[in-house]
Amino acid sequence: MTTTFPINPPAPAALLLPEPGPVTLHVNGQSIALTIAPWTTLLDALREHAHLSGTKKGCDHGQCGACTVLMNGTRINSCLSLAVMHQDDEITTIEGLAHGDELHPLQQAFIDHDAFQCGYCTPGQLCSAVGLLSEGHARTAEEIRELMSGNICRCAAYPHIVSAIQEVMHAQPLRP
Amino acid sequence: MKSIKAALIDATLNTVETLVGHLPDPAPDPLRNAREFIGKPYPRVDGRLKVTGQARYATEHPIAGMTHAVVVHSSIAKGKISHLDTQAAESVPGVLAVMTHRNAPRMKTPETASLFNPVAGSNTSVPVMQSADITWNGEAVAVVVAETLELANYAAGLVGIRYEEEPAALSLEAEKGNATIPTLVVTQSPEVNIGDAKAALAVAPVVSDQEYETPWQNQHAMEPHASIAAWMGKDQLLVYDSTQSPPGVQHNLARMFDLKPEQVRVVTEFVGGAFGGKVAAWSNVPLAAAAARLVGRPVKLALSRAGVSMVVGGRTLTQQRVALGATLDGKLTAMIHTGYGMRTTKDVWAEQYTFPIRHLYASPNIHVLQKVVRLDRVQNSYMRAPGETPGSFALESAMDELAHKLGLDPVELRMRNEPDKDPTHGTYFSSRHLREAYALAAGKFGWDPQRPEPGTQREGDWLIGTGVATAFYPVQQLPVTIKARITADGHVEVSTSSIEMGVGLATVQTQHIAERFGVPYERARYLHGDTDLPMSQASGGSAATSSVGAAIHAAADKLTEKLLKLAQRNKQSVLRGVKRKNVELRAGGLYRLDQPAVGESYEQLLGASGQAFVEAEGSVPASALVLNMKTSMASYGAHFCEVRVHARTRQVQVRRFMSAFDCGRIMNPQTARSQIVGGIIMGIGMALMEEAVYDERTGRLMTPSLGEYHVPVHADVPEFEVYFLDEPDPVMPMGTKPVGEVSIVGTAAAVANAVFQATGIRVRHLPITADKLL
Repeated sequence: MTTTFPINPPAPAALLLPEPGPVTLHVNGQSIALTIAPWTTLLDALREHAHLSGTKKGCDHGQCGACTVLMNGTRINSCLSLAVMHQDDEITTIEGLAHGDELHPLQQAFIDHDAFQCGYCTPGQLCSAVGLLSEGHARTAEEIRELMSGNICRCAAYPHIVSAIQEVMHAQPLRP
Repeated sequence: MKSIKAALIDATLNTVETLVGHLPDPAPDPLRNAREFIGKPYPRVDGRLKVTGQARYATEHPIAGMTHAVVVHSSIAKGKISHLDTQAAESVPGVLAVMTHRNAPRMKTPETASLFNPVAGSNTSVPVMQSADITWNGEAVAVVVAETLELANYAAGLVGIRYEEEPAALSLEAEKGNATIPTLVVTQSPEVNIGDAKAALAVAPVVSDQEYETPWQNQHAMEPHASIAAWMGKDQLLVYDSTQSPPGVQHNLARMFDLKPEQVRVVTEFVGGAFGGKVAAWSNVPLAAAAARLVGRPVKLALSRAGVSMVVGGRTLTQQRVALGATLDGKLTAMIHTGYGMRTTKDVWAEQYTFPIRHLYASPNIHVLQKVVRLDRVQNSYMRAPGETPGSFALESAMDELAHKLGLDPVELRMRNEPDKDPTHGTYFSSRHLREAYALAAGKFGWDPQRPEPGTQREGDWLIGTGVATAFYPVQQLPVTIKARITADGHVEVSTSSIEMGVGLATVQTQHIAERFGVPYERARYLHGDTDLPMSQASGGSAATSSVGAAIHAAADKLTEKLLKLAQRNKQSVLRGVKRKNVELRAGGLYRLDQPAVGESYEQLLGASGQAFVEAEGSVPASALVLNMKTSMASYGAHFCEVRVHARTRQVQVRRFMSAFDCGRIMNPQTARSQIVGGIIMGIGMALMEEAVYDERTGRLMTPSLGEYHVPVHADVPEFEVYFLDEPDPVMPMGTKPVGEVSIVGTAAAVANAVFQATGIRVRHLPITADKLL
């Protein structure tokens, strides 16, 4: 039996695309001027246009958390947000967590606890953990696990990530 | 009746085993008990790069003139492309090319890699975009190349394709009648007959005879399969690829583009996870190189998450029968393990799910037979502990069922059937400490040999249960060549094309180098991940640490001789006239064995000779590849877990997981623990959630994202305790045995057995979702 099966759909006519335009991002304390299509995601703007490839693309659907960055201190999935929306925001990526040679306490704790293997989800886990600590909602291991569940690690360094976060959390003074 | 072909293969395998039996045992590695660097929890050598975002993965290498490629996938399983409309896509300003079978550069058909031909470097022998033919739903049918990723993504949606569809084989259940017996299962016969298992089963006082099913699973490494391809002129190709085998990718591309291997350079600094999915190249790699040739510029091609599910083969679904017969006191009298996995039209890769039963339990009567069913789907492939993982689910569930029928503690049942010799090969074990692993883990877990009846333990709304299972993974060795160089300033550098995908290979080899050459850790260096370096085959089979280690050992032996020759030429040397067998590398130099204080440092030896360095290559001897035919060699483990199942919603949670392992000598307890925990969590995913669903009418994958194909997240993870016996194997380099894959083996069964004890419901079809516990 032979049938004609008319998908992938018949090609629609190409739209008249909006021109790339100027977008200025403030990333890790620096202003970066880009000329990008308005539908460019924050993730692709960082990785492909600003060449800050520390932020990772794992799924491009907001399901894995590898692209997590901090927007004015709040953790977001950069793949689910357009760069053009963030011109007035302070973006912090994995490249901006350390102060010069001095690692952020979470970065050091991740090394000490072997909280990663392949390292691909690590920038997202770290940015997410920084956001988690500043949110101040998590106190117990169970709460950390619940509130870090947006960041998938297929190597499954999960127990070590949680112990790294706990160490830093308990070294910090509790928020009022 | 066996076919003539099967009989010939059996005869050949028997001959090889007999020949291997005459090989001498390798001398025990003097480092198997060394403790200065080996065995210590050194942090990863690449840790700082990874936590600062500086580790560069495949598509993160900046190259001038980069373009971006996006793949369009077929929407039918079998047939032909009848009509292609690429005009709209091509008309988008900034789109450089729409590559289809009409304009793709000619590429030779790839050659499938196997244990016998690993360097072939492809996972399939399906031609890549060379005709209108479609062989599975999701196959790449077009590649759109544009100035930006945004434009390529947009234009990919404008490619119009019509197909002439042909009937396809899409259901394993429906096609079982056409099943065939594969020629080989990895290196072994698909069939084993010892005694008469069928007859013994028929008269066994206690029998468990059940069918088990495991679904198709995807590796889903966090880094999607991705490459950069750049042509330097017509005949030099540079590729950055996320692969477990840079030399495999190199040879595959050389073959497909009619080049010599040395015209292709593959660089892999970091791999964002692989789990078997990157053992060899999938079509995305040659497509990147073809697109780069077509547009005359470098091309970056990263598959989408859906693309990974469609282009990259996962673990075959299986249907297995395990029948066990035993005496009333729990001695096995019959073991039968048969079943079905899939193959494709072009390639047969029979996943070795019957391997655990060949090595785990003593029984006078054993029957094993694997069959494969041809399906028009993406080629099934490797995923963490292929074979042992689905096979152990069936076998270790069956052991639990038998224990329940016998009214016997499932730990005790295993202990009563622990063999003295390999049950199917009759060979001795190089080392096997499974009893000790069970004793250790049972004690730590607080295992109760007289557990209450299934379904009777309750805490509030939760039903509680415990389960056990055995872990097993055989020793393999890989072809590896390394170069070791000792420099006049006392540093030692080892280089090889092997990759680091997160297993800790670079870290443990740095420890090994420091130990082997007696230099401070800071003076040891391990370079890897580039085909310009000496060739190491794919990293896989939990064999990289021992294989690379054996090659380093071989190079160290050669360097000992070279350094001694330097000393012999120097009239002032205290080592002049000393015999080879009376010197060793130690304390940063060459020293006498009989007078440990007498010797010279590397600086002195090289300084006196005026050489900047001395270097040597080391390789794994070919005989090492088949050593496990002479001696039964494997890692073993004992899993104990506790689950709770919600009485009303039937949600399953793993609460505690404790395991003890005989993985030989542990090079680094921290990285080893990470590997073990990672494997167990992937096994928990297999037990409770992982399942790729295909529409059996169209062959379309219905779980192309992480929203449909669930993998474990933080909240799914229990409390862990992992113990290593840390007993060196007498035969293996550094005394090591496999670590990377053994822990996923048996995990799903341990969970299923615990769920049975919690609920009284036996789930034989993974994953154990709530609907199966109603």
